[in-house]
Amino acid sequence: MSDPYAKIEEARKAYEAAARKACERLPERSPRFATASGREVERLCVPEAGSLESYCERIGFPGSYPYTRGVQPTMYRGRLWTMRQYAGFATAEESNLRYKYLLGQGTTGLSVAFDLPTQIGYDSDAPESLGEVGKVGVAVDTLADMETLFDGIPLDRVSTSMTINSTAAVLLAMYVAVAEKQGVPSEKLEGTIQNDVLKEYVARGTYIFPPKPSLRLVSDLFAFCTRSVPKWNSISISGYHIREAGATAAQEIGFTLADAICYVETAIAAGLAVDDFAPRLAFFFAAHTDLFEEVAKFRAARRLWARIMKERFGAKDPKSRMLRFHTQTGGVTLTAQQPDNNVVRVAIQALAAVLGGTQSLHTNSRDEALSLPTEESVTIALRTQQILAHESGVADTIDPLGGSYFVESLTDRLEEEALSYIRRVDEMGGVVAAIERGFIQREIEDAAYRYGQSVESGERIVVGVNRFRAEREPETPLLRVDESVARSQVEKLRSVRASRDGARVREALAALEAAARGTENLVPRILDAVRAYASIGEICGVLRRVFGEHVEIRP
Amino acid sequence: MSLAGKQGRRIRILVGKPGLDGHDRGAKYVARVLRDAGFEVIYSGIRRTPEQIVESAIQEDVAAIGLSLLSGAHNVLFARVIELLREKGASDILVFGGGTIPPEDVPGLEAMGVAAVFGPGTPAKTILSTLDRLLAARA
Repeated sequence: MSDPYAKIEEARKAYEAAARKACERLPERSPRFATASGREVERLCVPEAGSLESYCERIGFPGSYPYTRGVQPTMYRGRLWTMRQYAGFATAEESNLRYKYLLGQGTTGLSVAFDLPTQIGYDSDAPESLGEVGKVGVAVDTLADMETLFDGIPLDRVSTSMTINSTAAVLLAMYVAVAEKQGVPSEKLEGTIQNDVLKEYVARGTYIFPPKPSLRLVSDLFAFCTRSVPKWNSISISGYHIREAGATAAQEIGFTLADAICYVETAIAAGLAVDDFAPRLAFFFAAHTDLFEEVAKFRAARRLWARIMKERFGAKDPKSRMLRFHTQTGGVTLTAQQPDNNVVRVAIQALAAVLGGTQSLHTNSRDEALSLPTEESVTIALRTQQILAHESGVADTIDPLGGSYFVESLTDRLEEEALSYIRRVDEMGGVVAAIERGFIQREIEDAAYRYGQSVESGERIVVGVNRFRAEREPETPLLRVDESVARSQVEKLRSVRASRDGARVREALAALEAAARGTENLVPRILDAVRAYASIGEICGVLRRVFGEHVEIRP
Repeated sequence: MSLAGKQGRRIRILVGKPGLDGHDRGAKYVARVLRDAGFEVIYSGIRRTPEQIVESAIQEDVAAIGLSLLSGAHNVLFARVIELLREKGASDILVFGGGTIPPEDVPGLEAMGVAAVFGPGTPAKTILSTLDRLLAARA
């Protein structure tokens, strides 16, 4: 029997000749086509030589190594992805109402946005918090705020994701303490803390401590969760913010997996066995509008992680090798111009996430280039997911783009490019060294600059921004968080400080300081301080004294 | 032709990130665009206080400060920068800004002394031509 690939190659040559002829009559729209990340796009893809023979190793089956097609055997035929809308603003009272609204509208998991002082370990009345209280999320100073935030929401019946990094130990401790008050044991709690401090050094910027003590806190949380909160995802290793900062699709997964490698190495060095914590590692990626590149990115990330865990770390538990991830549609792709167009962008991005096999999804609201989203905008964003889930049919078969010549080729190329970034980071001595040298920051900054220039020049079209502009921009109703929020938050904090047992707070903070100077796990000490209503600024103040503060590294 | 190239000494601009917001893509991009256009640009880095930004602006003898903020704290923090400049007798320094700023906030910012607000998607050439015009008016 003749070689089928040779036959395809021969036919392809004939096709290329015909296509060139067609181009002479009518030139293509552009001399070069490229993805949003700048990757050249071929005119047509065909089966690559050997692709069928290597099918089982490269693509395989859902629920089996290397998980290219998905991590569960039945994917969305069994259970749809979790529709998890990131929300939080102003005070705990207002955010609590938004969560109850979202749960009432069919959202299936909570995702808490904290304000910047909470994320960086400052109390609402600290001078550094000026102007920021309650702005990008809810302000939490003490356990009292967390009690209000989850008032009337039974913590044994929801899963909660918290976008919190350098202060993750404090916020998880508060969540555990609220559950205790509700009579829910920590073993029953389900959710995720982001706890990914490495990416904060290169994007997003909510670091507090230098890398070494930060990594200690991360691995203390791994150990604490393994022991006391076994259903909790103790980290969500995030490419989202790296992408938002300007990275390409391949850089997003390459740098994220490089971070993940560092966390695994840190935990192993701290004495944990890889299969004890690796099943609780979760990931978080962005979904942008370049549909096929994004789908391929998710597939490539899954395969690459499976290989790293098996080959580099010798993980045996299949769950250790599965890359489970949350997706958020790309904030940077939203335009302030003609905001309703963003509904369409978000729908395409959400489709990419679903075709890419995400475990949970946040869809952005149309007005987020201007402000925090209104309730109406958030509802459209959630409805977008529900339409995808229940009307589009895309959730009924697994990995429907698997076997697409183009998507498989993109998957291979993205995996290769991401792996080459991981190798470069390895050669520098790991991700901390790469950050200290400014390598990752520079790569991201250069990619952001290239992208910006391609929009400036018109080479890349952004509808409503550099083409198809409106004569007059529509008026958009926006959500406002006014300055009175800061005042009421500060009043609440002061009344907590006045009513708590001061001696107990001092004792708990002294014990935390002693522990921080030694090597014991810090999370139980933080939990004691939280139970005594010590504030986040007081707890982090103790740790700042012991650990020092990180100074931004700029390339 | 930018003003930046016409004078003996290159015009200095400080690009600053006041407050706690770490989203620096826009600030870094604008800093690079200004540098490409011939300005001498000092970038503050993230998480600077208004005091640090104003102090550095005066020390470096800049002609303008560009403030970038995506956290919604602009009304408070831009105002604080302008107030500090006034206190230090440095109101001749031009202040412009950008970031996630609702259009309805722009008149208020302008009233407090922010010379221009560049929202998301503003082309670089608009930023440059506006700055040239504003700086020429102050020269």
